[in-house]
Formats: sequence, C-alpha cells, structure tokens
Amino acid sequence: MLELKNLCFGVETEDSTKEIIKDISFVVPDDKFVVITGPNGGGKSTLARLIMGIEKPSSGQILYNGQDITHMDITERANIGISFALQQPVRFKGIHVVDLLRLAAKRNLTVGEACDYLSAVGLCARDYIDREVNASLSGGELKRIEIATVLARGTQLSVFDEPEAGIDLWSFQSLIKVFENMQKRNHGSILIISHQERILNIADEIILIADGQLRDQGSKDRILPELLKSTLPVTCNRILDGGAADA
Amino acid sequence: MLNEVQKHILAEIANLHKVPTGAYSIRANGETESMNSTANIQIVKKSDVPGIDIFIKDGTVNESVHIPVVLSESGIKEVVYNDFHIGDGCDVTIVAGCGISNCGDQDSAHDGMHRFFIGKNSRIKYVEKHYGEGDGKGKRIMNPGTEVNIGEGSSVEMEMVQIKGVDDTVRKTTAKLEKNAKLVVHERLMTHADQRADSDYVIELNGDGSSADVVSRSVAKDESVQVYRSRIVGSAVCSGHTECDAIIMDKARVVAIPELEANNVDAALIHEAAIGKIAGDQLIKLMTLGLTAAEAEEQIVNGFLR
Repeated sequence: MLELKNLCFGVETEDSTKEIIKDISFVVPDDKFVVITGPNGGGKSTLARLIMGIEKPSSGQILYNGQDITHMDITERANIGISFALQQPVRFKGIHVVDLLRLAAKRNLTVGEACDYLSAVGLCARDYIDREVNASLSGGELKRIEIATVLARGTQLSVFDEPEAGIDLWSFQSLIKVFENMQKRNHGSILIISHQERILNIADEIILIADGQLRDQGSKDRILPELLKSTLPVTCNRILDGGAADA
Repeated sequence: MLNEVQKHILAEIANLHKVPTGAYSIRANGETESMNSTANIQIVKKSDVPGIDIFIKDGTVNESVHIPVVLSESGIKEVVYNDFHIGDGCDVTIVAGCGISNCGDQDSAHDGMHRFFIGKNSRIKYVEKHYGEGDGKGKRIMNPGTEVNIGEGSSVEMEMVQIKGVDDTVRKTTAKLEKNAKLVVHERLMTHADQRADSDYVIELNGDGSSADVVSRSVAKDESVQVYRSRIVGSAVCSGHTECDAIIMDKARVVAIPELEANNVDAALIHEAAIGKIAGDQLIKLMTLGLTAAEAEEQIVNGFLR
C-alpha cells in the first residue's frame, strides 16, 4: 500500500517559490489499478517522480507498506518493490535491449524469457533483443521497451508516467492488455498517469489532479462519467471509441 | 617459459590461455619468447632492427596470426618493427597487443611500429589491445605506430582497444587506400588518474570507390587527458566518415580535432564529434531498476566502450 500524506513540492524561482504540488494526500490500496489524470501542467508527472524519489518533497510524507520512505533514494525505493516507467525513455549507446531487461530482472534472463517481455509489449522480440538502446530506435519502440523493463521487474507497485504517449493505435489495445495481465500476475498495484479514456476505463480508482491539488478521488464508475461531461481540459485529450491514441 | 604474471597479461591482451594454434610470435621482456610459422604464414626475425617480418601467401584463408608482447620487468624500453606482407585473396585475422606489468620505479615502454602491405581482394581483421598493470612508480608507456597500405578491392577492419592501466600513449595510425579498398576502425579508449592518450589518424582515400569509417569511443576519468585527431583526405570518388564520441568525467580533459580534406568533387566526407558527461536521466533510469549510482555509472561506461 502506498500512502501520500500532505505532500508539498515547490521550485525556487528568482524571487519566490513556485508551488507545484500543494498538500496532496491519498492512498493507493494493494492490488488496485489507479489512474491519476488531470490537465497538462497540473503536477501529475511531478507527483510520480516524488513517489519514485527522483524529486524530494519540501514537506509531507510518503509511506510504502507502512514504512516511511520519504528520505529513501531512488535505488532504495526500487529495491523495496517500486518500479517506474519514464514518460520519456532514455537512450544508452552500447547497451542492448537484452542487457536492460536483465538489469531490470536482476538475473541472467534467457533470450526466450527476455523475448516474452518484449512480445508482451507488442514488439517482434527477436528483431529487438540485440539492438542497442540508442538513437536507432523510434520513440514508440523505446516506450515499449521501457514498459517491458517494468514488466521484467515484476514489483509490487508499478508507476507509469503517460505510457500511451508515442504508442500507435495498433499497439494501444495490446497496451491495455499488458496492464490487465500485470495486475493478474503480480497481485500488485498499478499507478498510471494518463489522459486516455480507454486507460481510465480499466481503472479501479481515478484520482483527479489539477493545479497541484487533489480535486477528486473515487471509483471509476463515479468519476469517469463526471470527467467526460465536465469542461475540464482533461477531456480534450480523450479519444473517441476506435479513434487514434493521442501522442 | 612464460611466468604467471606474463600468462595473466597474455590472457588480458589476446584472450590467450595457452600457446596459440597457427602462426605466432610471443615477445617477452625484449626477447622473442617463442615463434611458429605455418605452411602459408611465415614469420622471420629482422636482422637489422628488433622485430619480425610476417609473410602471408596469396589465397591464405581462415588463418590467424598472434603477435602479443609482454613486459613484466621494470625499466625495459624498446621499439619493435613488425611488417606484414599480405598477398592477394587472403582472409586472415591478426591479433596483436601489448601488456605491461610494472611494479618497479622505472618507466617501461613498448613502441610497436606496424606496417601492412596488403595485396588485392584480401580481407584482414586486426585486433590490438593494450593493457597495463602494477603499482610501481614507473610509468607504463606505449606509442604504437600503424601504417596500412590497402591494395585494390581489399578491406581492413581494425579494432584498437586500450581500456586500462597505460599511463602515456601516443597512437599514430596512417592508411592509404587504393581503388575499391575499404577501412573500418573501431577505437575504444579509457583513461584514468593522470594518464594521457593521444590518438592521431591520417587516412588517404586515393582510389575510386574507396571508403573509410573511423569511429572512436572513449571515456576520460579523474584528471586524465585525451586528444583525438582524425584527418581524412579524399582524392578520388570515395566516402569517408570519422566519429569521436567521448564521455568526460571528474576533472578530465578531452580534445577532439576532426579534419577533412576533399581534393575531388565526388569525395563525400563526414565528421562527427561529441563530448559530454553521463546524462542524469541515464543514471536515474538504471537506479529505478535497483542499481546504485556507482553501479549505474559502471554499466553506462561498459556499454559505451563495448
């Protein structure tokens, strides 16, 4: 279980402090699929980075399974069972896709096992396994490899920052299946930052963040219909049934 | 007989754990330790200067030559001249390399001067590894000179590696390419402490259809200094590419000087050079996989120098 208590985060500007996250508290229960949504620039990605320890809060607490992890660094958080998929995946010259998956799994995966993770994210595995994670891969390919590294870790809590960004229409449905299968396999929680109606649609719970504040949290059945008819900018990005995923 | 230190160095530079099969010449502490010729590859000691001549007959395929050099005594300084005379239609692998273990206080130096005279339509793979170890105050110095003359339709692939322990190196490589000849160079270099490495390439594309691709990847740590110069001269219908990609760390210095000269309107020449520190995002990504910052850095550097 992940718990945020009165979390605040600000950045220093020339003459003042700009508050990005304003006193946010919520709980991500075990085995739940929770989606954080809200307008661009509202603080969602910052929140995800605070959970992973990439940013440190100015005040407040983060608890994981009852343990205070507020002052733990990224590595410690990773090793107690938190995974994170970056919104903009990183390229590495000379490191191969299979190396990254092996580092993620913390063991010497067989080529077959590594291929399974790549197939799960819709990549034709044998074409990719020995590719370098460098500029020769497209944004969409990198994004899927990023998601595969989280699959390979198989941790109790997985955080995804806009996994749909850069994923094409054809892969989008399989992405949804990835999340559904993950939840079944890990018996863990999934926390996703997303604008996508189809991702919101498979959530157990939805958290709405706008202007650095928690605006609402509740079951998908209650929140999603309200979002769809509201005038909040969040719905600007949604896709019509059968339409293309936004980038 | 080689001693344990020498055997260890041999494994580092040439992946050799026993006497190699095929043609070889092992040089240890300034003397030829052992030597073997085969039916197609003849190795002959030079009479005027230290070094050997290697004669490879026309049509020699799938054979290899190993010519490692090991220095395990402090204070040895030598210049060795090795000439490769390679015939037409050959396909051979040449493994050179030098390892210095210097536990003493005097400098040890090996300057290997390699010249290649390659006939027509041959394929040569050349691997050269340099390695130094030992905790003495004496420096481990290597100044290799490589001159490659590539005949019509021949191709040469060179892998030059210097990952650890060489205090001072000036590496000069020159190549002349005839019609349809091809040269590919992969250089990997890592310097640390107060080491200095100079790498200097001059490639002349003289024949129509010739091409060269010279790629250097390096990591400079601590207070080390690297200077990379690469000059490609295109005097025919040819294509040339040179790339220097360096990771800079700590208080190191890296200088990259690419130079292109086109003397023909159909010479297509490109250079690229990039120097930068390890990206913060790269460290963050590997840390989210459970690696410490130091482990992440090691993975990034090892991958980069692969």
